[in-house]
Amino acid sequence: MKRLAFVFVLLIGLLLAWAARDFPTWGDPEAPASSSPVSSHFIANTGIDTEVPNMVTAVLADYRGFDTMLETVVVFIAGLAVYSILGGGPNRRSRDRELVVDFEPDLIVTNTVRLIVPVIQIFALYVLAHGHVSPGGGFQGGVAMGASFILVALAWNLKTALIRFPIDRCFMVAALGIVIYGGIGLLSMLLGGEFLDYAHLSKVLPVSPEMARYHAMLGVEIGVGFTVTAIIFALYASLSTDGRMRDGL
Amino acid sequence: MGLEIFNTLILCLLVVVALLSLWVRDLVVAAVVFGVYSFLMCLLWAEMGAVDVAFTEATVGAGASTVVLIATIFNIKRKAKD
Repeated sequence: MKRLAFVFVLLIGLLLAWAARDFPTWGDPEAPASSSPVSSHFIANTGIDTEVPNMVTAVLADYRGFDTMLETVVVFIAGLAVYSILGGGPNRRSRDRELVVDFEPDLIVTNTVRLIVPVIQIFALYVLAHGHVSPGGGFQGGVAMGASFILVALAWNLKTALIRFPIDRCFMVAALGIVIYGGIGLLSMLLGGEFLDYAHLSKVLPVSPEMARYHAMLGVEIGVGFTVTAIIFALYASLSTDGRMRDGL
Repeated sequence: MGLEIFNTLILCLLVVVALLSLWVRDLVVAAVVFGVYSFLMCLLWAEMGAVDVAFTEATVGAGASTVVLIATIFNIKRKAKD
């Protein structure tokens, strides 16, 4: 059976290697991805439509806003699924095998974390807020933010981190992120546009339609950041304690 | 020319690290090696100019998923059977 699996994997690998010959060379202007009319439309019009210098963010949060919104919902559902499959919550009947990690937090580690966590969080906020002009955005900033809570949990214990970010609040914050995203979409609908058609927000914001799209993108990125931050930490909290939310790693 | 050497080196290391992560018996070591794999990918993305992908790879791949994998390993058997 194992030999059969190996042969199968080898065959698939060879097939992939053979298919990879068809790839265009790196940076080839004739590559399908570069020569499609959609790409050239985005390259020519992003600056005019949205005034966002970073095209990736504009495509992600504006032109393909639906995609990103439902991606955020997928992240939320993934977190909820892990939490509910593992049985979630401190009231669950404990299993036979208790994992008790009982040790004093290390002085050097905790002090290093004390120094580094504020820097990580400020960097995460910078990445989130600066996603228009430089690489970054809600997903990256959110993950960095969530990682800072995981770091606290690793340096002290899960309890310390859960005091700062309780698990029920995690899911509240995650849902709030989606509400922010959907709310901005709905608001533009109420103002006479289509769902997620941010340009119509200029009717309530004292800016041009282009700048309204610019600012709405920041808004939805903040929503994404909320969800991703909370879910990354909730995933860690669930998985490291087998759903018990105590005696973690 | 320098970049080609860099790319080739990283791609060779990627194959080595990928095989290594399957080879080792200790799952914690495998998880850490997997983190190394992610970090090499991150270097490759950054070198190709896809900084945001590199960023995501560094935080999710090398950071969060390694921690999540290790956290999971502590709740299951640590050694692989085969």
